[in-house]
Amino acid sequence: MTITVDGINKRFGQFQALNNVSLNIPEGKLTALLGPSGSGKTTLLRIIAGLESADSGRVAFSGKDVTKLHVRDRNIGFVFQHYALFRHMTVAQNIAFGLESLPRKQRPPKAEIQKRVSELLDMIQLPHLAQRFPAQLSGGQKQRVALARSIATRPKILLLDEPFGALDAKVRKDLRRWLRNLHDEFHFTSIFVTHDQEEALELSDQVVVMSQGNVEQVNEPTELYARPDSRFVFDFLGQVNVLSGEVKHGSLNQGNARVTLPGIQHQGSAQLYLRPHEVRLATGPAEHANLPLRIEAVSLIGSEVRVELRPEGWASEGSDNIWEVGISHAEFNNQRPTRGDLRYAVPEVGHLFTGKDTQPVTVSWAESESLPRVRLIN
Amino acid sequence: MSTANQASAVIQQRWPRIGNRSKRVLPGFGLSLGISLLFISLILMLPLTGLVMEVSAMSFDQFWFVITDPRVVASYKVTALAALSASLFNGVFGLLLAWVLVRYEFPGKRLIDAVVDLPFALPTAVAGIVLATLFAENGWYGQWLSKLGIEVAFTPVGIVVAMAFTSLPFVVRTVQPVLEELAPEDEEAAVSLGASDALVFRRVIFPALWPALLTGVALSFTRSLGEFGAVIFIAGNMPYVSEVTSLMIFVRLQEYDYAAASAIASVVLLVSLVMLFAITLWQARYLKRIEGR
Repeated sequence: MTITVDGINKRFGQFQALNNVSLNIPEGKLTALLGPSGSGKTTLLRIIAGLESADSGRVAFSGKDVTKLHVRDRNIGFVFQHYALFRHMTVAQNIAFGLESLPRKQRPPKAEIQKRVSELLDMIQLPHLAQRFPAQLSGGQKQRVALARSIATRPKILLLDEPFGALDAKVRKDLRRWLRNLHDEFHFTSIFVTHDQEEALELSDQVVVMSQGNVEQVNEPTELYARPDSRFVFDFLGQVNVLSGEVKHGSLNQGNARVTLPGIQHQGSAQLYLRPHEVRLATGPAEHANLPLRIEAVSLIGSEVRVELRPEGWASEGSDNIWEVGISHAEFNNQRPTRGDLRYAVPEVGHLFTGKDTQPVTVSWAESESLPRVRLIN
Repeated sequence: MSTANQASAVIQQRWPRIGNRSKRVLPGFGLSLGISLLFISLILMLPLTGLVMEVSAMSFDQFWFVITDPRVVASYKVTALAALSASLFNGVFGLLLAWVLVRYEFPGKRLIDAVVDLPFALPTAVAGIVLATLFAENGWYGQWLSKLGIEVAFTPVGIVVAMAFTSLPFVVRTVQPVLEELAPEDEEAAVSLGASDALVFRRVIFPALWPALLTGVALSFTRSLGEFGAVIFIAGNMPYVSEVTSLMIFVRLQEYDYAAASAIASVVLLVSLVMLFAITLWQARYLKRIEGR
């Protein structure tokens, strides 16, 4: 089932939670609604589910208008952040609830309900906990039971409200992978809400970035990460280093800092956005960039070494005034950067935001730098 | 080492979790527990012991003779039946009232919330006189009810009315906090699974409420068993028909027959205690199960 959201407005008192939101959710895809708290993502999900009603606008499932349809008739599965398991029922009773709630005519016989419940228990790998009560389960187990409960009646649409928000990092990772497999197996049209950009990018087929009740950008995760449309999306999708300054004759300047911008005609104020992996660290300034920084901290945990640096004689945008650069462990072992060392950031690819224009221009130095070298060899 | 220290050392040794030092917020576990126990002894246990002492002066035959006197037995039936009716009525009406107070916003909500406690604050005798006047044949309510052929004042129905009046807050005040804490997600989850409103109430809301509701009804029942002030004014107090047990105790006292009064009182006390204990035990088991403690 495709889900179409058309011109949804929702206001809570003075607060505009959703501002004329329109969206298309493709069939069989896992879509993430990503945004900071207060961006309206949960409200949008609840309106799609029918748990909340919009002030204006329409919701349609496969072209069929469901705006006025009650949540119980929409045939959706909904998973809550805090599981919302029925505490006085066993795991098996919880899972059976949806089937037992069907109108008498559609309700399968008892034996069939039991069979379906044990199938679902096998699927979530918790058959041994069938007779336990929710209070006796761990968070991850609870959320799996909640998932099994929500899909017991075989809904075509699965909606998840921050499903991993209350779990610790390790369990979250396992469950994410598990949800991905589940989705691939059953071909739901799924939407999940998250404020965790990593989760959204890793898990989904399509990401909807929201901010202050508006949809900022909709795209596949890789595209979204590579080509953010706006400063907000850029900022929100992970760490970013910003150099803000004046562009004059194809060169961006601020204090000690200078970066040449090949192919840029713009004059006046501009911001250069750089991801941690788009920057190299060198012991001296490059031809196209002079960005002196002093090392503040080195973190060895993870597949990359994360180096935090403070600008020397210029300032980064943002309150913490810190740049972050990722280098490989091999590079770390070569250079042995330590706290207090002076380094020069060498940008390889950057994204320039100019004036009010929110669409960035991608700037690449790799080619312009390599060309002369090739000529020298010739 | 002082005796208090010795005592707490023994407690620490036998029950390491009791009065655990690292968890103390209020100072002086020994002192505060001691004072609490002293007051419980002086205010609750000593009078009860006095009652038992008084009763133990009687032989069992005497005791049995007093508590099985036909007039007294009739009063047990009247009291128990009236208390049961009143507490069941309160169970339904109190739940409704708590529901309205928690779930809806309306002008005057705070006022109604405050008025619920009125039966606790009002002297029961005042309540009794007011109810008797209202329900008397020429009273505001009574005149209309008598036209329908319903007599309330000076009949067992009057006893039920008085008991229901004085014990309503028990139900409202035990159910209200539980209703307030009920997570809206549980209902939303049930509805999203296709459950009808009736089913949501029956299978999701009611099971969460009903330990509290049962406690409220039980408290209301035990309170009604002993109700005196409000009841005697409206009951009519006809032997075998509308005499309550607490009146029988009063009558024995009037006759300076303290032993007999104590004997009857001990029956009421025993029934109340057994009921409260049974409910507390059952509830502890139920809550242990659903809270996994």
